[in-house]
Amino acid sequence: MRNRTFAVIAFAIALVLIALTRVIANDYFFSAVYTVLQFIVLATAWNILGGYTGYVNFGSAAFFAVGAYTTVFLNKSLHLPLPVLIVAGTIVAGLLGLGVGYLTLRMRGVFFAISTLALAVVLFTFVVNWDYVGGARGAYIIQPREAPLGFSRYGHLLYATMVLMAAFAIVVARAIERSVIGRGLAAIRDDEVAAECAGVPTLRLKLFSATVSGALMGMAGTTLPLYLSYVEPTAAFNLSYAVNSIAMPLIGGMMSWLGPLIGAVLLGTVQQVVQVTISSEWNLFIVGVLLVAFVTLAPNGIMGWVEAWRRSRPHPR
Amino acid sequence: MSTLKSWLSSGLVALVIAFAVSAQAQQPLKIGFGMSLTGPLAGNGKAALIAMQIWAEDVNAKGGILGRKVELVFYDDQTNPSTVPSIYNKLLDVDKVDLVVSGYGTNVIAPAMPIMMQRNMCFMSLFGLNVNSKFNYDRYFQIMPAGPEPAVGWSQGYFDIAMGLNPKPQTVALVGADAEYPALALEGARTHVKKLGLKVVYDKTYPPNTVDFSPIVRAIQATNPDIVFLASYPPDSAGMVRAVNEVGLKTRMFGGGLVGPQFASLRTQLGPLLNGVVNYESYSPEVAAKYPFLDQFLTKYQGRAIKEGVDPLGFYLPPYAYAMMQVLEQAIKATGSLDQAQLAEYMHKYEFDTYVGKVRFAKNGEWSAPRMLTVQYHGVAGNDLEQWMKPGKVTVLAPAAYATGTVQTPYQDNKK
Amino acid sequence: MEFPTALVLNAIVAGLLLGGFYAAVSVGISISFGMLDVVNIAHPAFIILGSYIAYIVNARLGFDPILVSVVLSPLFFALGMLVYRVYYVCFEKRGQESLRGLAFFFGILFITEVTLVLIFGVDYRLVETSYSSTTLRLGPVDFPLRLVVPFAVSLAMVIGVQLFLSRTFFGRAVLAVAQDQLALRLMAINPFRVKEFAFALSIATAGIAGAFLIVIQPVQPSIGREYIGLVFAVCVLGGLGSIWGTLLGAFILGLAESFTSTFFGPSWAPAVSFGILLGALAFRPTGLLGR
Repeated sequence: MRNRTFAVIAFAIALVLIALTRVIANDYFFSAVYTVLQFIVLATAWNILGGYTGYVNFGSAAFFAVGAYTTVFLNKSLHLPLPVLIVAGTIVAGLLGLGVGYLTLRMRGVFFAISTLALAVVLFTFVVNWDYVGGARGAYIIQPREAPLGFSRYGHLLYATMVLMAAFAIVVARAIERSVIGRGLAAIRDDEVAAECAGVPTLRLKLFSATVSGALMGMAGTTLPLYLSYVEPTAAFNLSYAVNSIAMPLIGGMMSWLGPLIGAVLLGTVQQVVQVTISSEWNLFIVGVLLVAFVTLAPNGIMGWVEAWRRSRPHPR
Repeated sequence: MSTLKSWLSSGLVALVIAFAVSAQAQQPLKIGFGMSLTGPLAGNGKAALIAMQIWAEDVNAKGGILGRKVELVFYDDQTNPSTVPSIYNKLLDVDKVDLVVSGYGTNVIAPAMPIMMQRNMCFMSLFGLNVNSKFNYDRYFQIMPAGPEPAVGWSQGYFDIAMGLNPKPQTVALVGADAEYPALALEGARTHVKKLGLKVVYDKTYPPNTVDFSPIVRAIQATNPDIVFLASYPPDSAGMVRAVNEVGLKTRMFGGGLVGPQFASLRTQLGPLLNGVVNYESYSPEVAAKYPFLDQFLTKYQGRAIKEGVDPLGFYLPPYAYAMMQVLEQAIKATGSLDQAQLAEYMHKYEFDTYVGKVRFAKNGEWSAPRMLTVQYHGVAGNDLEQWMKPGKVTVLAPAAYATGTVQTPYQDNKK
Repeated sequence: MEFPTALVLNAIVAGLLLGGFYAAVSVGISISFGMLDVVNIAHPAFIILGSYIAYIVNARLGFDPILVSVVLSPLFFALGMLVYRVYYVCFEKRGQESLRGLAFFFGILFITEVTLVLIFGVDYRLVETSYSSTTLRLGPVDFPLRLVVPFAVSLAMVIGVQLFLSRTFFGRAVLAVAQDQLALRLMAINPFRVKEFAFALSIATAGIAGAFLIVIQPVQPSIGREYIGLVFAVCVLGGLGSIWGTLLGAFILGLAESFTSTFFGPSWAPAVSFGILLGALAFRPTGLLGR
């Protein structure tokens, strides 16, 4: 399927989902789905660097929080409208990905992983000490009472934005996967030294991958301050973002764009359900158990399972 | 496993209430909220929950409110703000609760505000510092007795006492954790400092997970402050108090805004190390006479808390969590309805009689006058809990109506 | 302005004491990650487990927690062997270590944390030892025993591990397995046994480090997460696979934290520590004493 056709289908589905705001009166649906969509973006973004290229990023929270705090900063200083905030946050996070990539992607994969951890801590400390965006006190962004574009609630607008972002992330991921770049990334993932010898411009590709991955993660974070009305560093840099953005592609399958989507929907929904039913420490326990179970039993995620099952079926003669 | 039991038992309580209600063929009066049952503030959240459950049982034993049994519908917000919008949307849209109250702490109160404002809900909240200053919502109420400007009222008592010292202090050191409450408390302290014309010789914060606090205390000592104001959460309250004792801090007054020493676990842990520390408390056995009926509540609370592995003293949040529900109860009974507008109007106008005394709200929903107790710990010996359950280890310094003694200064002399 | 000698001396001492503690929590990672290439991100979980076990025994029987943890270290050793076996069967044999193993240990981290919460609740726990409140003073310098005792035992443990690795036969087998497994096999040593032993050793050190932790500060189940970054930072800074490197890395980070806290503002300490790490990685990725 050509990229353009896929993009059209994706946005059509997005529009249908957005239209649900007219039909469903239950606001809980939208806040729950918002969170799942947010994780779709994060998982898909992570997978570009993690699954396609083979470099594990521990610091997803850093990029996510950068998106969130760019929104806070620009909103406070210049009162820019939402689309501008989103674009700005995405660009800043992308630049961060480029910078970090340049510093660390020349080393072995495991050092990159540790650098991302260190990055998260350094950024966290910066934000905590930056009074203008509230520091440890946190920053408030008041949602406008009136929602533009005919939405009955501002929360619906945020939901719609997140739907579009998810569609966008998936389209981008798929486009990368099927392009020359994607093949280069796969070569790096499988054997970087061989790829380098074969003439693949590994550093440039890795930087590209890190930039796009970081940018999309930042994009997911740009609407967080508006969704919560209040951001503070511990929430924005929460470990759950880092863990989920690794767990979801792992569970869904890291080889293609479909894996993070499946993983995010599955794990995200389970978490949302558990939160309002069992509702206690069991939530974390379940994430842990799922992680261990999938990683031991289904090493290539759900996609891998499906693949293996398909291959095991007898072929028609 | 006690936590599993607590989950089961709270579920059972809710179930039992629901069954009893259906037997009466009357819809239960549902009150919904998120509460920190896991995460860093879970100790407080669980304590508050127990208090609220006791309230529900007390009310139902007397026949409920407006003839309906009360049912608490709650979810764990994991002390994580991002869970809050979903939780409150579910409570209002799916569980169709009649009333909502907040969880514990600014962190989880603020994200719920847009939803409350959109739906014009009356919102009673539990211990958030200054949340309404940004929203200016006229149906927001706060049960924390910090006064109309909470961040400032929080340290009012401390600085009042400090300025009562003779000679007056000239220099102050401000220190606290990098977290939401301490940051706000320190901001409030700075307002006082400016107003009183004190010179700030140290004003820094530390990461909450600091392991060794002695470099910080030494840096403070090097500036020779007359008084030291600390705003901290339990782990760093313990760490700072220890470090202060190890280094041998010499200053005239130390303390102010430590969360932690109100709980059994820190009192037993630190024991005599707390001697001389000036801090805030919401209740202490010394002032029991001013709070009739609180005794029986505390006995009930303490029995359950011990079983569930939660703070067995219950002097900090539980009385106020209970009072919060009493305010709602009285407002509903007085207006005879669950109409949010009527409730809010009533709550702004009148004074309430609760287990923590008379409660009156200011225009912004905060208390009309502060009533946090400023205390000093003294004479603590050993690490047992019994000594704290009776009066004798806490001197109440302010407000004047509750005072039982004066401050012993300088701080280091309290160690002898 | 007079030179703040007392402040500087105390900052140095505090930094070194802290560094000793950091070395104890990180030496296990130096073995499991540095030598065995196992990304055991659940290492802090085992440390916290050690803290709680020390706590229970201290609360029930009153014995000194550090003593208890040393005595109980065979328990942690056995646990380490068990964990490694599972890891090996599920991952290493299939050749899919790095990411899967990582996710596996992440899962273990959470499961351990939740189990501790379910058993002990979320309140902070602390132990009281006979030396908790004593501080030795040598001139202007303070030596709080609460930090000195863990420091001393930690040094003993780290040096002990290093001596074991470099002097004993089995220890050298561990160093060898990191370098050349085939050669090891040719010498009739089973690499699996060696790696199992080494990993078990790393978990045993975690158990003991847990006792240090609870002597120094109050512990609650989710504290483990805050140490993930630190333990890897110490090992990477010092150089993977080198115990002396880990010690050096720990001291550097301890001193950085102590000096930043004293002179610039404690808020910046994590940024300084991890900034040093990032700098080291950018300019000398193998670490200070790495191979």
